[in-house]
Amino acid sequence: MPKRKPEKSIDENDVRIDGRKLNELRPVKIEVGVLGNADGSAYIEQGKNKILAAVYGPKEVHPRHLALPDRALLRCRYHMAPFSVEERKSPAPSRREVELSKVIREALEPSVFVEYYPQTSVDIFIEVLQADGGTRCAGITVASLALADAGIPMRDLVVACAAGKAEGRLLVDLTDLEDKGGEADVPLALMPNLNAITLLQMDGGLTIDEFEKVVNLAIDGCRSLYSIQKETLKSKYIAVKEAVEE
Amino acid sequence: MSSLPMIVRVKQKRIAELISSGMRLDGRGLTDYREVKLEVGLIERAEGSARMRLGKTEVMVGTKIEVGQPFPDVPNEGVLTVNAELVPLASPSFEPGPPDENSIELARIVDRGIRESKAIELEKLCIEPGKKVFVVFIDIYVLNHDGNLIDASAMAALAALLNTKMFNYEVESGEIKVKPGYTPLPIRNFPIAVTFAKINDKLVVDPWLEEEQVMETRLTITMDKDGKICAMQKGGHGYFTLQQVLEAVKIAREKTEELRKLVVKG
Amino acid sequence: MSLFYERKQLVTPGDLLAEGDYIAGENTYRDNNKIYASRVGLVDYDARKVHVVALKAFYVPSVGDTVIGKIVEVGTGGWTVDINAPYLAMLRASDVLDRPFKPQTSDLPSIFDVGDLIIAKIVAYDRTRDPLLTVREPGLGKIMRGQLVKITPTKIPRVIGRSGSMISMIKKETACQITIGQNGLILISGKTPEDERLAVMALHKIEEESHTSGLTDRVTEMIKKEKEGVEHAQKEA
Repeated sequence: MPKRKPEKSIDENDVRIDGRKLNELRPVKIEVGVLGNADGSAYIEQGKNKILAAVYGPKEVHPRHLALPDRALLRCRYHMAPFSVEERKSPAPSRREVELSKVIREALEPSVFVEYYPQTSVDIFIEVLQADGGTRCAGITVASLALADAGIPMRDLVVACAAGKAEGRLLVDLTDLEDKGGEADVPLALMPNLNAITLLQMDGGLTIDEFEKVVNLAIDGCRSLYSIQKETLKSKYIAVKEAVEE
Repeated sequence: MSSLPMIVRVKQKRIAELISSGMRLDGRGLTDYREVKLEVGLIERAEGSARMRLGKTEVMVGTKIEVGQPFPDVPNEGVLTVNAELVPLASPSFEPGPPDENSIELARIVDRGIRESKAIELEKLCIEPGKKVFVVFIDIYVLNHDGNLIDASAMAALAALLNTKMFNYEVESGEIKVKPGYTPLPIRNFPIAVTFAKINDKLVVDPWLEEEQVMETRLTITMDKDGKICAMQKGGHGYFTLQQVLEAVKIAREKTEELRKLVVKG
Repeated sequence: MSLFYERKQLVTPGDLLAEGDYIAGENTYRDNNKIYASRVGLVDYDARKVHVVALKAFYVPSVGDTVIGKIVEVGTGGWTVDINAPYLAMLRASDVLDRPFKPQTSDLPSIFDVGDLIIAKIVAYDRTRDPLLTVREPGLGKIMRGQLVKITPTKIPRVIGRSGSMISMIKKETACQITIGQNGLILISGKTPEDERLAVMALHKIEEESHTSGLTDRVTEMIKKEKEGVEHAQKEA
């Protein structure tokens, strides 16, 4: 998609249009176990992003011939609701959604012990209800929680965050405006305990030095979100424990 | 995507073992590319064309230029669109049908390299601001899949662009009138993609088909003529450490320069 | 050798639990010298092994387990049973019919039909084939009446309690017959719907609070309070 003409979104004091500093994440709210039918589910609000994830499985694969003999088949669908963006988006999967479904699946796959459940499928659905930049990252973060909520054994949670360059400055967690008017965007997903990068994309223009700085910004952003992910998983149980054990 | 023919486990082990000791089954070093053979201008009906052979991988790219409408937010710029087809004759694993996630990903990676490096001077493709611009179609046609379709397609696409000629024209009372002669498509940057495969924790460039079947994951780094990174894509179900990513970036700097010399002549 | 958490602490996937010569128990995995959690749950350990009691996990079939299942398909050779696991289970016609049977003349749906609930035992299961069931033993077979409750299978041990203390208490206080499937399905059959309701309440409370201490007392108290409340309401009526 061609970039819009940039409006100035960062002032002389390096304060962004929404009041954030360059290395500050948007406010985040996450909930786990929000859907009744799914085996696992989670919901995230990050800035204006509102994204829902659901997991079904492991279960028998349909159609049967897709089953893998030695592992579970991981399938992922990233989809944006028609009303999620400013100009209505057609419900049919766009080429971008097809690519994102693939890279998101590849970001989550290293975390799941697929070898434990041969001949089954684990289906992940990510629905973007409202979009404002960084939806693939928020989608990965919330899908990983849905997998944990489904009781699927994992090596680590996967958490994702984007960093980039806009108006000459290196910054983290770009909004749609900052991305469209910016010089570079680097979405990254991480399994923090294993220091494993499972998603890495880049578009724009960065020198090698700038790239290294931006990647580190993204990794720092990931680690902050990771603590929130873990707290969210535990919070339901902690609340019950505190309530009953007095 | 349908599965590739199962690689014999013994061979799989052999490939991985060799790589652990710094060698590859076909004798290449870890940072060596296969032989590149490039021909341009073979399809007269296309505005530009190139046929790239990278080892046994063969990709043909054709460019077509048509008149169309600009995007509303960039009314003075021409339009670039990249499409890829993994035609069934190229591999037992390609099936006929609409583009699958692999061909879409391939097209979008090549697109990002060209678009983000601003290789085509799209501002020069405006005919009537807001109404008429030139649309550049880049169509990638994979003819034989023997590994590393991304780098082969990216190089072929660049070669095809450099080979592309647009008809001369003038605008007379809102109508486009073709004049004799041609102008080369205005190109100002030369993005090159370098793809790494991770096998047994080692990075190898330009994986051939059997290495792709053994690899855990891949990383494509696209750099422009000034050594700036303009696109990157991790693929596959494994992961990289930060150190491996930075190491790949260093190697890519060198390799993109080498490969660029083969595509951009003179 | 080091342990990084206290016993019964809440951990999430990827948490580093221990380093050193430990055995990786349930819901953990080993990477080189380190043991990590693979599910959300309470970590526990003894001198040699580290494991996590998962707070949410699906049932994985195990030979010898008693399970409650639902017939989802009747075929020519037997039945396909949903046992609330990633894999559908099979019950062969030969398991039920003593004499050699002819697929054309045997009326399998009259024995078990789609939608029926059965109590069965897993007699065979490995990763290469679907789990195989039997209903030959006493106590197994079609379920004729009762209510079904579904809870996370990892909490079944909590429902049973130490030496069966929890489940015996619930049975006594509610006068219900309770059949526990290792796959997280529990059948309650009481004399009155009210009795069954109490038992269902108790099971849900155990599922909610399984990670807390003092649960048996709280469940007992809850049932007693509910019974008093009902008796009181009945007296007033």
